[in-house]
Amino acid sequence: MNKEISMKKVSVSFTLNGDPVSAEVPVTWSLVKTLREYFELTGAKQGCGVGECGACTVIVDHDAVNSCLYPIPEIDGKSVTTIEGMAGKDGSLHPLQKAFLENNGVQCGYCTSGMIMSAKALLDQDPDPTEDEIRTTIAGNFCRCTGYVQIVEAIEMASGIRDL
Amino acid sequence: MSDYLYVGKNIPRSIETDKVTGRAIYIDDLKRPGMIYGKILYSRYAHAKIKHIDVSKAENLTGVRAVLTGYNIPDVRVGFIRDQTVLKKDVVRQIRDEVAAVAAISPEIAEEAIGLIKVEYEELPGVFDPFDAMKPDAPLVHEVDVRGKPIRSNVLPLPWRFQAGDIERGRKESAHIVMDTLSTPWVTQACIGTSGCVAEFDSNNSLTLYNQTNVPFWDKQRITEYFSQIGLEGKRVRVANVVVGGSFGTKLDTDIYEFICIQLALKTRKPVKIQFTREEEFQAMPPRQPTHFTIEQGCDKEGRLTFRKAEAILDNGAYTSWGATTPSVMMMPMSSLYRVPNVSFVATCVYTNNIYCQAMRGYGNPQATFAVETSMDSLAKEAGIDPAELRLINCNQPGDVTPMRLRITSCGLKECIESVKEKLNWDVKRGKRNRRGVGMASLIHVAGGARVYKSDGHGMSIKVDEHGNVDVLSGGTDQGQGSSTVLSQIIAEALGFRPEDVSLTFGDTELCLWDAGTHASRHTFIAGNAALMACEKVKKQILEMAVEHMPGIVKYRFKREKRKNPDFVEPDLDYGLISDPEILDIKDRMIFPKNDPDHLFFKMDVVQVLRNGLHVGTGESKTVMAEAFYDPPTEMLDRELKGNLSCTYAFGTTGVEVEVDIETGEVKILQLLAAHDVGRAINPTLLKGQIYGAGYMGVGYGLTEEVKLRNGRVMNANLRDYKMLTAKDVVPVTPIVIELGDEDGPFGAKGIGEPGLVPTAPAIANAIYDAIGVRIRDLPITPEKVLAALKDMGGVC
Repeated sequence: MNKEISMKKVSVSFTLNGDPVSAEVPVTWSLVKTLREYFELTGAKQGCGVGECGACTVIVDHDAVNSCLYPIPEIDGKSVTTIEGMAGKDGSLHPLQKAFLENNGVQCGYCTSGMIMSAKALLDQDPDPTEDEIRTTIAGNFCRCTGYVQIVEAIEMASGIRDL
Repeated sequence: MSDYLYVGKNIPRSIETDKVTGRAIYIDDLKRPGMIYGKILYSRYAHAKIKHIDVSKAENLTGVRAVLTGYNIPDVRVGFIRDQTVLKKDVVRQIRDEVAAVAAISPEIAEEAIGLIKVEYEELPGVFDPFDAMKPDAPLVHEVDVRGKPIRSNVLPLPWRFQAGDIERGRKESAHIVMDTLSTPWVTQACIGTSGCVAEFDSNNSLTLYNQTNVPFWDKQRITEYFSQIGLEGKRVRVANVVVGGSFGTKLDTDIYEFICIQLALKTRKPVKIQFTREEEFQAMPPRQPTHFTIEQGCDKEGRLTFRKAEAILDNGAYTSWGATTPSVMMMPMSSLYRVPNVSFVATCVYTNNIYCQAMRGYGNPQATFAVETSMDSLAKEAGIDPAELRLINCNQPGDVTPMRLRITSCGLKECIESVKEKLNWDVKRGKRNRRGVGMASLIHVAGGARVYKSDGHGMSIKVDEHGNVDVLSGGTDQGQGSSTVLSQIIAEALGFRPEDVSLTFGDTELCLWDAGTHASRHTFIAGNAALMACEKVKKQILEMAVEHMPGIVKYRFKREKRKNPDFVEPDLDYGLISDPEILDIKDRMIFPKNDPDHLFFKMDVVQVLRNGLHVGTGESKTVMAEAFYDPPTEMLDRELKGNLSCTYAFGTTGVEVEVDIETGEVKILQLLAAHDVGRAINPTLLKGQIYGAGYMGVGYGLTEEVKLRNGRVMNANLRDYKMLTAKDVVPVTPIVIELGDEDGPFGAKGIGEPGLVPTAPAIANAIYDAIGVRIRDLPITPEKVLAALKDMGGVC
């Protein structure tokens, strides 16, 4: 890595889980690195760093994105929601979080943050998705533990298709 | 069963709520004050001499705190048979050989420093195929053994020779004999959380290794042994697990990166983290070993198995880890899946310059079961018997002692085969050759521990405080399988508390009692039994406390009542109802007399008793705490490799219906039925999660997954090219849970972590054969292989 580029910093202001924030970080940092290193949010994980595993998924404005591929300068003015922003202010869990616990959509849990964020982006846009739409939505989120069955069911539960 | 409040119920994983809020701390998330970052330089060649290493540029880079090579750390051999060193010098034998390591103040600087290390190699001829490696003129992967004696062959000196009965007699008694040759590929665990650890020494040179191991106590043991060889004899080693991002076998050995991390921490006096990249996870984590089998089997006219003779060649890679011991588990299906009187199994592990292999879910069983169950279908065809019928004729039964001396106690194999047969509509669908087909395969696996070490034990301690909190220390680990929830159910049920009262701490060698490791699908069975033993003691203490304090609590209530209301008349109670621990019980955190469970005054919150009875209430040195160590009544394998190594065994049958597209060669799974004899489901939802997850991994093993090596290097070291199933690859898995109970299991439960994977690939292969009449004998069954096989038989279908 060219040292001069890596030392150059950029200032960004954006909304993070409802709060206005700003940060000055190296211009080469990705969104996931900024979330993890600067804001000390541990939910989004860097499972591969090249946009293949989906463990770093967060919502930018209304879209689920791989935050490992998201250049930090582009976040300026946008709104970011991470897993840490899912629960209510009183700590009450979001229906997706509840459903993942109820239906064993979590095993090792490493993919869970990203998986829930992908699901949230879908349910925000379509509260009544088909199983195929759910599967397409999370096709970019790898899980090695569950075989996806109980994850898909959990998302269906949260959307109200299945009873909690 | 219906009497249980928590066992058998779908208790949510609320104990792990941090996993859905982003607060769970995995190794990537762990930061220690002053922590710096380690990075490893791997070899450029699979086999080469190291002529020279120049680290000067790396050392001079700003921010670098240490640069280590094999030439500046102690030359100590580590590993299962001590056939490697931590950092390699003079010779590299595989592409992932660790040649140098750096610690720096940021991961970026560590990476840059790695790039500045110049290594001069002289490439040596390598050997990348076990059959080539066994040829007399093959290049030797190792020149000398641990004692410095010359090695003359790439074949490992491991005695995997199992014989029972008389193969020749079996052959003579056979009406039908078949022979198959099969092979299985490298596949990798591909945990979504990559490997890593943080090593930290305190001022007394005591080490804490924050880790994600399955075997905290063996990790501690191996590192303590290492310490004794590097001048740190007598120093403390603490292994403490953080939340584990998947395992599937990866964390069964102490990996080289752990030793490197320790060396970097020792050198720099700083906490050091090593965190693998995804590419490292593919390139430098030991995968499941590839195997080549020949298997011969016979049966008499009635279809009774007469003999089974098999040989396996395993590509060990350049060094030896647990992969080389997987034949001990292969022997289980070879000798004991179905009743077979005469068995011979020989396995040969061969050094090559490929990456070395380790353990993965099933531990050799998936490979061996692929061989056995393919052969069963070949034999069924040869004998003209329905494959399901052949399996039923030879079905294991409760009370059997197998040729390996496994004692079969509970056994639901017959129920598994029959339920799969019925639900698959086997009799209607089989044998149509209309591009749709059905197939099945079964399994046997350890499900009540596995005595691979002298102890197969588990220590657990349980403390109950004055608030009714139940604090449990378990020597095992939860790598995602859900032990924390399942154990909280077992403990709540046994103690009479609620699952939400239970908090578990796993895998911290400083706090927890010893455990043999969370492997071999043993945790629910072994830790569950330890929990029952500890709960019995704790409950007794609470009930004794109740006898002492309940009368006083009740009388104090009356006294207060009287103070409020002078007309209050104290009821005449039979205090004999609470005079003996034996006649009291606890349920759902309420303590009560067994003879009058709803007694108006004697049924009370157990916390009341604890508040009064514990030190805070009495001022006396009273605690409620107990420990237990459960070690099942099992045997290690003897010299003949026989012995009842598990307290009970899991059985299961997978039935698959496939559709094969003969234009593209693609195989579509229309349904996958996974019937498992689980003893008893402690938590049906979590249990099904194990079956789904293992089933999917098994479908990957059967159809898509393969780590591709060329000259020892992984060519598909990323998630795009290593073909794991995604959510879009719909496999309709239906678990069939057979609950017959197991008399030795906690509440009747048996292990289920690995079984779901084991029979999946052969069931698919057998279904493909039924669909198109083509037998694919090497995994994975890709469309290319299906098309090639169809072409070979002239496209007939």
